[in-house]
Amino acid sequence: MDVPRLHRLKGALLNLEGSTCAQCGDKAFPARRRCSACGAKDIVPYRFQGAGTLSSFSEIFASPDGYQSPYLVGLVHLDEGPTVMAQITDVDPDTIATGIRMEAVVRRIHTDGETGLIVYGYKFRPAL
Amino acid sequence: MKTYVTGMARTRTGERWDVSIRDLAAEAAEEALDDAQTDRVGAIVVGNMLSGPLASQENLATIVADAAGLVGVEAIKVEAACASGASAIRVANALVASGEHDSVLVVGVEKMTDTSPGHTTAALSLAADGDYEALHGATFPALVALMMRAYMEKYGYDRRDFAGFSVNAHKNAMGNPKAMLRRPITEEDYMKAPIVSSPMGVMDSAPICDGAAAIVITAEGRFDRRQDRPAVRLLGSAGATDTAAVATRRDPLWLEAAYRSAKRAYQLAGVGPDDIDVFEAHDAFPAITVLALEASGFAKPGQGVMLAKCDEICLRGRLPISTMGGLKARGHPVGATGVYQAVEACLHLRGEGGSNQVENARIAMAQNIGGSAACIVTSIYGRED
Amino acid sequence: MAEPFPAGIAGYGVYIPRWRVSSRILAEHWGHTRGARKAPLVEKSVPGPDEDTVTMAIEAARNALSAAGLAPEKLGAVWVGTESKPYAVKPSSTIVAEAIGAGPLLSAADFEFACKAGTEALRAALGFVGARMCEYALVIGMDTAQSRPGDELEYTAAAGGGAMIIGPREEALATVDASLSFVTDTPDFYRRQHAHFPEHGRRFTGQPAYFHHSRNAAERLLSDMCAKSGDFTYAVFHQPTPAFPRQIAKQLGFTSEQIAPGVAVGDGIGNTYAGNVFLGLAATLDVAKPGDRILCVSYGSGAGSDAFAITVTELIEARRDMARSVGRYLGRRADVPDYATYLRLAGGLGEGAL
Repeated sequence: MDVPRLHRLKGALLNLEGSTCAQCGDKAFPARRRCSACGAKDIVPYRFQGAGTLSSFSEIFASPDGYQSPYLVGLVHLDEGPTVMAQITDVDPDTIATGIRMEAVVRRIHTDGETGLIVYGYKFRPAL
Repeated sequence: MKTYVTGMARTRTGERWDVSIRDLAAEAAEEALDDAQTDRVGAIVVGNMLSGPLASQENLATIVADAAGLVGVEAIKVEAACASGASAIRVANALVASGEHDSVLVVGVEKMTDTSPGHTTAALSLAADGDYEALHGATFPALVALMMRAYMEKYGYDRRDFAGFSVNAHKNAMGNPKAMLRRPITEEDYMKAPIVSSPMGVMDSAPICDGAAAIVITAEGRFDRRQDRPAVRLLGSAGATDTAAVATRRDPLWLEAAYRSAKRAYQLAGVGPDDIDVFEAHDAFPAITVLALEASGFAKPGQGVMLAKCDEICLRGRLPISTMGGLKARGHPVGATGVYQAVEACLHLRGEGGSNQVENARIAMAQNIGGSAACIVTSIYGRED
Repeated sequence: MAEPFPAGIAGYGVYIPRWRVSSRILAEHWGHTRGARKAPLVEKSVPGPDEDTVTMAIEAARNALSAAGLAPEKLGAVWVGTESKPYAVKPSSTIVAEAIGAGPLLSAADFEFACKAGTEALRAALGFVGARMCEYALVIGMDTAQSRPGDELEYTAAAGGGAMIIGPREEALATVDASLSFVTDTPDFYRRQHAHFPEHGRRFTGQPAYFHHSRNAAERLLSDMCAKSGDFTYAVFHQPTPAFPRQIAKQLGFTSEQIAPGVAVGDGIGNTYAGNVFLGLAATLDVAKPGDRILCVSYGSGAGSDAFAITVTELIEARRDMARSVGRYLGRRADVPDYATYLRLAGGLGEGAL
């Protein structure tokens, strides 16, 4: 992970920072340059609360380099509208089910070995 | 200007330890030029996704032109993830249809087995949304698995309901001497296969492999009509995109890019779904096949699975798919796949399908999908006697 | 009694990971099931594979902000006390600050003083806010406590900790009435710069280290306040093992009832190093009533103790329900199935094994 890339992403990774359309109020994650609902370019940053519902999930057993399987990913439909793809943590894979309430937490999502940057970012877990 | 597929070739897929990416591409290129009975093309367009990260080689089209003895021609590499092959065909077709060149060689090539599986998996993930999918550990099987689970839950299907697609692909690969996995599988084999990304198992996933395929596209009137085989015309092709990330789609179970590209290709070709005799679907995963069948007009939403269950996709069925083994059993050398699909579709139109020949095939469609169904090219070919 | 400090505790929050490894698994792995050694705990907390001091600090900080009902922009300081910094050089505190929406106009630093790094930050914050250098400060004591595989520390070194918002006394759910620090150069436990695991002086960590400093800090504070153990409703001591706080409490004249809420956490999940007294104090505040007085004494190797005399205010009852309690986190648990999994989670395989 290169430093500038991580630095650019920190708002999204640490604070679920997306955008909202100043014209129609449509919310987007990740942030958009232009509203996908009404086409307006009047876009302002918006921090999502991180509460949502799990709409699908998968447990990964064959992982790319730098990720230790098994781990879960899922689609979380945020209460404000958008859907986020993220890792699902703090859950027993045998008990997870779609429809459960989720909440965002900040966790390590990637590390480049012992000397590289630690990428902290959002994951979701079943709401406590 | 009408354009024709005047030459074609494909190499054996699999672990090709014996050849480098350039030699693999040259092997297909030379054979396609021989098939077209020409040694002159105006340009070479190479479809490839990962020569940089997996073969440490870019400027690939020039490298391939050199290796194939075509120094001097224009050379372009086209990258559109797993849709690189069909995208290369579209670029080549545009060069010919516009009158820029009389004839263009398209080569799809990928070398995926030199590197470790983790490295190759990470490279494939480059086609996902880097910041919002790959960085979070999502692999392509995982992104498709998310769609598959949503589909199963929405329509009440079981994992077993998808088995027919893989069983059909493996059965068809038996009749394709160039295929990678030439062995039959049963529904039980499918069910018992190790899970890669739940609910998908090994038997849901097209294998990583090396391979190259090539076709020659030539303008009408710029080649000699042959007596020994029918001419094959590219009736229409179109590409379309969806959002790069699965999560940002309004409905993750509707492949908008498939819908748009198929609709446009049908229009250009003047045909509809009922006219298609052979469909080379992008069966990298059965769930993608199902969603593509629905978006391309072959089944209603929620009914795509039934095509396999009702045995309509076999060689003698209503809509034969994966006729030479598909991505699942012929193998999926990602950037080359779209060109393999074109070759295999055209084999039926020429009547060169061997034991897998679909009888009386006149119109064949190939659909090449990149990313998690993010970019899709649909092409329709027709036989001219 | 002297006037309380102008700064008090406006909110507190904790975090404990869900994983627990039983002492039985550790003992069976090392062949300690027979012979003289007796495990001090039933089980201890272990960080998840994606957790570290920074991620745990972020959650505890968010809980503390909820309890304080405070907007993060109001924080003028974010200080993290830990001995398990994910980066040896690069502040953990700036990551925490950014993740909770604080700053950029704030003071951020990581504090190091072994297990009392967090209370050192707490004392600094009481002064900082008291001197009106900022209105609110966030202090955190958090650790993914490290121990060499096979070392006796492996039975107790645990993960977790807490956070406190220090603000004006008028907004405090607990005021701080007195505090002092007692330190000497006593190398009972240390970790060199490039070592993965701490070294310790075994029995030397007792009398000359833990007991000497804890007792002196507590006695001096009581003496300064002209107070005695009976004046306090509760007491919280650093708890490296279940025996230590009980012994120091007895020496100082505190009853087992007075230390009960605090020791319950350590008994349940082990020694969270810099998180230790933060958890003990939070568990005590979770059950305290307005007017209750709490003596809190930390201990950090190297060595020293920070002592605090705290009085709970009327605000406690409304505030503590706004954040997740210690009991909520203690009740959430998942069993580590075997020693290999434990080693991976506890970092014994190194960073590459994440």
